[in-house]
Amino acid sequence: MVKLHAARPPPTPRLLSGARFMQGDHACAEGALAAGLDFFAGYPITPSTEVAERLSDRLPAVGGRFVQMEDELGSIAAIIGASAAGARSLTATSGPGFSLMMENIGLAAMMELPIVVVNVQRASPSTGLPTMVGQSDILQARWGSHGDYGVIAYCPDSPQECFDLTFEAFNAADRYRVPVFVLMDEVVGHMAERVVIPEPGILSIRVRKGPRQPPGKEPFLSYAPDDDLVPPIAHAGEGYKVHMTGLTHDERGYPITDAGVHHKLVTRLVDKVRKHADQILMTEEFMLDDADTVLLAIGCTSRSARHAVRMARAQGRHWGLLRPKTVWPFPSDRVRELAASGRVRQFVVPEISLGQLRREVERLTRMPVINITHAGGAMPTPEQILEAVES
Amino acid sequence: MSIPADDRVQVRFSGVGGQGIVLMGRLLGKAAALYDNKEAVATQSYGPEARGGASRSDVVISSQPIDFPFVTEVDVLVAFFQEAYQRHRGRLARGGLMIVESDLVKPEHDGTEICPVPATRMAEDLGRKVVANVVMLGYLVGRTGVVSRESLEEAIRTTVKAKVVPLDLEAVEAGIQLARTHQQQKADEAAAP
Repeated sequence: MVKLHAARPPPTPRLLSGARFMQGDHACAEGALAAGLDFFAGYPITPSTEVAERLSDRLPAVGGRFVQMEDELGSIAAIIGASAAGARSLTATSGPGFSLMMENIGLAAMMELPIVVVNVQRASPSTGLPTMVGQSDILQARWGSHGDYGVIAYCPDSPQECFDLTFEAFNAADRYRVPVFVLMDEVVGHMAERVVIPEPGILSIRVRKGPRQPPGKEPFLSYAPDDDLVPPIAHAGEGYKVHMTGLTHDERGYPITDAGVHHKLVTRLVDKVRKHADQILMTEEFMLDDADTVLLAIGCTSRSARHAVRMARAQGRHWGLLRPKTVWPFPSDRVRELAASGRVRQFVVPEISLGQLRREVERLTRMPVINITHAGGAMPTPEQILEAVES
Repeated sequence: MSIPADDRVQVRFSGVGGQGIVLMGRLLGKAAALYDNKEAVATQSYGPEARGGASRSDVVISSQPIDFPFVTEVDVLVAFFQEAYQRHRGRLARGGLMIVESDLVKPEHDGTEICPVPATRMAEDLGRKVVANVVMLGYLVGRTGVVSRESLEEAIRTTVKAKVVPLDLEAVEAGIQLARTHQQQKADEAAAP
């Protein structure tokens, strides 16, 4: 790890252990700090500004570096560079900025540099409703940059999970060397709730897998993968000869114009996530054991869904909730399993999008999928969910 | 909208920017969530509504997990300004409590029980009118018991700058005293033939 800052005793603790009453954006910033964040580069945008605002104060105080960039293109490029130097790196944005970052997200995927990008979603497309909630960037998060590649995306439903899953995002990025997204939404980002930050020594930070040979004599093959498909990483400044490019490259990292090499490389970029999906996937199941009606929802909308499940149960109906905490990879096997159980009759998908999440469920089952949608600015309420299913 | 029967209490603070409306929500939510062993969610208005001068913050408190985070109907409405009163009074639940800054709000006679609190004047008497919001919080807690006084005081101690704490605690006391007076009056009226 390259030191980005002159060594000075940190005047404030990195981990603010204890129970706090905190909004999701701030909890996200604290989760990143707990994960050992070294470098943040960003351009403020509502409703993610509070992530940057808090880190502009907290990160330098614990020896990290905070840079406010000229725009989102610069921000994503800067964190990719910092990651190449060994820094745990983060940017935070919202839809319009996320669009601007798409090209270099592909670059990070191709160069296999771990980065974490927080997108606090607002009502879109374009500049949309800057201050109001949206959930319609989920397919962009999966497919937004050109070409095939693998990503991981977490969807927190509370300030506590903004902390927990941002922490998790850094470990996943370093483990699989892929871009990792924390897809928050305005509701979860701005609402305040109790957040419990663990005592030191509880959370374990994964260390990036480095070369098993010393720098110098033998040439280091910086893109030769291990059995887990992930190559060890040598950082700039550690003494290894490292070449990184967005062009299709061989195991040394040098560009090569060869369809076979390309096929092998890109397949591996996708398989890194696809073949480890079981280890990456995180879901919450609520009252699902005997459910004949399965609600599937993410982020803030899952709170309406969970409320609707409680209301339906109070009326004696057998409803349950499947909540993907990772929307990518998607819990496809679990949805298929439920569909094949013989017990489940229908799926219900409330979302702040005109059907992005529904599409994921529909491709897995022929059962009826009831979709409760809002284009953005408001989230479906528990009553709207109940009414839609009744009618 | 109907909510499953529980002890969910929904509080709305409303006024104009600069009156400490958002801080009131944060303090009440923190008192409930950290020191009263309850669940609490605090939300606030953003966007043009927040920029144009109007300010609103909501707190939902319950002993049960709070899934839907927003206020569905208002059990306690604190109105710090006439426009805020006009804008939000329709959301007050039947039997809900309406607390108004009585020098800034002229309430209508619509049968709703009104709690008049001259919070700004009371704060000026304490030395600084910026603690009017804390006077109001003290009143709210004294009148409703939605959180304990000790929890509110702890939330204040762990949130505001140390040098402001003594004055804030005086403000809580002033609010609670007025709540006691009002409750005594109410009891006297009820007992009167």
